[in-house]
Amino acid sequence: MKPINHVAGTAIPFGAKNVDTDVIIPAHWLKTITREGLGKGAFEAIRAEEGNIFDTERNKGAPILIAGDNFGCGSSREHAAWALLDMGITCVIAPSFSDIFSGNAFKNGILTVVLPQEAIDRLLVVAVDQPIDVDLESQTVTTPFQDRFTFEIDPFRKHCLLGGLDEVGLTLSRDAAIKQHEAKIAADLPFLATASAA
Amino acid sequence: MTGPKTLYEKIWDAHTVESREDGTSLIWIDRHLVHEVTSPQAFEALRAAGRKVRRPDLTLAVPDHNLPTTARRDSAGHRIAIKDPQSAQQLAALEKNAPEFGIRLIGDADREQGIVHVVGPEQGFSLPGATIVCGDSHTACHGGLGALAFGIGTSEVEHVLATQTLQLKRSKTMEVRVEGELGAGVTAKDLVLHICGTLGASGGTGYVIEYTGSAIRGLSIEGRLTVSNMAIEHGARAGLIAPDEKTFAYVQGRPYAPKGADWDKAVAWWKSLATDPGATYDKVVVINAAEIAPTVTWGTSPEDTVAIGGVVPAPESFADPSKQEAARKSLAYMGLTPGQKMTDVEVQNVFIGSCTNSRIEDMRAAAAVVKGRRKADNVRWAIVVPGSGLVKEQAEAEGLDKIFIEAGLEWREPGCSACLAMNPDKVPSGERCASTSNRNFVGRQGPGARTHLVSPAMAAAAAVTGKLTDAREFLA
Ligand code: SF4
Repeated sequence: MKPINHVAGTAIPFGAKNVDTDVIIPAHWLKTITREGLGKGAFEAIRAEEGNIFDTERNKGAPILIAGDNFGCGSSREHAAWALLDMGITCVIAPSFSDIFSGNAFKNGILTVVLPQEAIDRLLVVAVDQPIDVDLESQTVTTPFQDRFTFEIDPFRKHCLLGGLDEVGLTLSRDAAIKQHEAKIAADLPFLATASAA
Repeated sequence: MTGPKTLYEKIWDAHTVESREDGTSLIWIDRHLVHEVTSPQAFEALRAAGRKVRRPDLTLAVPDHNLPTTARRDSAGHRIAIKDPQSAQQLAALEKNAPEFGIRLIGDADREQGIVHVVGPEQGFSLPGATIVCGDSHTACHGGLGALAFGIGTSEVEHVLATQTLQLKRSKTMEVRVEGELGAGVTAKDLVLHICGTLGASGGTGYVIEYTGSAIRGLSIEGRLTVSNMAIEHGARAGLIAPDEKTFAYVQGRPYAPKGADWDKAVAWWKSLATDPGATYDKVVVINAAEIAPTVTWGTSPEDTVAIGGVVPAPESFADPSKQEAARKSLAYMGLTPGQKMTDVEVQNVFIGSCTNSRIEDMRAAAAVVKGRRKADNVRWAIVVPGSGLVKEQAEAEGLDKIFIEAGLEWREPGCSACLAMNPDKVPSGERCASTSNRNFVGRQGPGARTHLVSPAMAAAAAVTGKLTDAREFLA
């Protein structure tokens, strides 16, 4: 997972509410074997239309997405987070996110920023022709017009995102405790400690 | 924690590596089942990070979702190519990843191959008291043995592969107590469909359910696996049934089961896991087994159940306005009218299989109904898909395959098949299927397919009459 601190640049002023994971990545993309390449399927139905917001010269490859309430609702497919990353999006700003999506986003190093609707409304206007600046360290979103919005984030998640620490890496750092437990199981519950068909 | 504990709490405590202040715990995982759909990206991530599988010996890979249920080898023993290139690619990825990471693979042509949730218990890989995970929501199935088993996402698959642990929050506990005796011809599937109707599709959300009571104890292990399989259909993370003498008898002698002195140790520990007298659950639901009839679904959620003698409900009969709306949509999709008798509903397809109902008892129950009878003319397609190659062998040894074939049903190779239609076994749009699987979601058995969840005996009865039918009529 790449560390993430400062995300600056074009923000897609999308704004739609209740965007479910079927919209983000339709089910027929689930038969893949890699995380890469899903960007092609991201927002497929929307992008089938000529002149859609995602494929303009300006917005293509933008690192930030501004969305409406309840972003990422629906199925638990992690493909939604992979698809956004593959499009180049590393930060989504919205008034609220579904729990499962924000968890999946976090696990994949995408920063989800929750701001009140008024702030979103302002950003949607500014983002049309101006860059947006998101700073995780200071927990602020700023614009070239002196707008400055602060956001809350779980300190543990912040720590992980800043350090590029994935959950696997974090757990591996607890190796001593895991080894101890492994030894305890081997001693107390030997029939669970191994699985062999011998 | 001292004081009386539930089965869930005992298994949880025995597997806690460490607990954090924020309420999460690092939990040790005893057994990890891997299939081809949710694992490729996990292996890819390990490779990218240069990580290994911590305990390949506690991991077992079995392809099941994409495999065709027709012959996989030609007469010369060569593999028959799989038509869907993406299915072929997922299967090839598992065949490459398993050996590369040192994981045992039961391959498509091995006699033990089958649906992960059938293979795990059958091989003795799944054990009582164990923590068992798989990238598949019906992992709850293994709870029928008294294992704490649940489905996980792909990042969690990667996490378990790399660390043999998961970061989890403790669930709330619910007891679903089923007292009394099931009537003649009423099966474990009817029981769990009835529970789905009682609790609702989200009634178990946030809970691990322990199924208790004399009716649960009275079930065979196969029946218990069927019940626990569908815990996820009432929203529960996992289902559990306390291991008892029946469980021990089922596990003993299986390939991966403990042996010798280990066996005695295991049984002693398993016996100690039962919920202590005085232990409390966060919620208790009591069901009277005698009230349960053979049960079918009418809608597009497993909670939409009705006794076979009943009628399609009117949307207005539900108190909750959002449920009324959902029922209206379901009925439109299902092509049913309120008041219609369930026994008047014609089916064009019958599917007997899936991790809910593809074990040997299920095959026997279905065969007993079709024996000496013929598939109805309006039933276009009826397939029987055993849950594993070993179930298939056993059924053939008992002559069940012939009974099915003589009745006009097809006898297939093991796999998930029409349960989720990732392979070629699909129900055509607008057609109806009496299915022994676990989900009647919109499009689950193919785009536009209409699913009625039933028991194996009920599916067999529907094949014979061409309509949803009370299987008890065939039990002379
Ligand atoms: S049989 Fe159906 S529910 Fe079971 S593992 Fe396969 S697809 Fe999932």
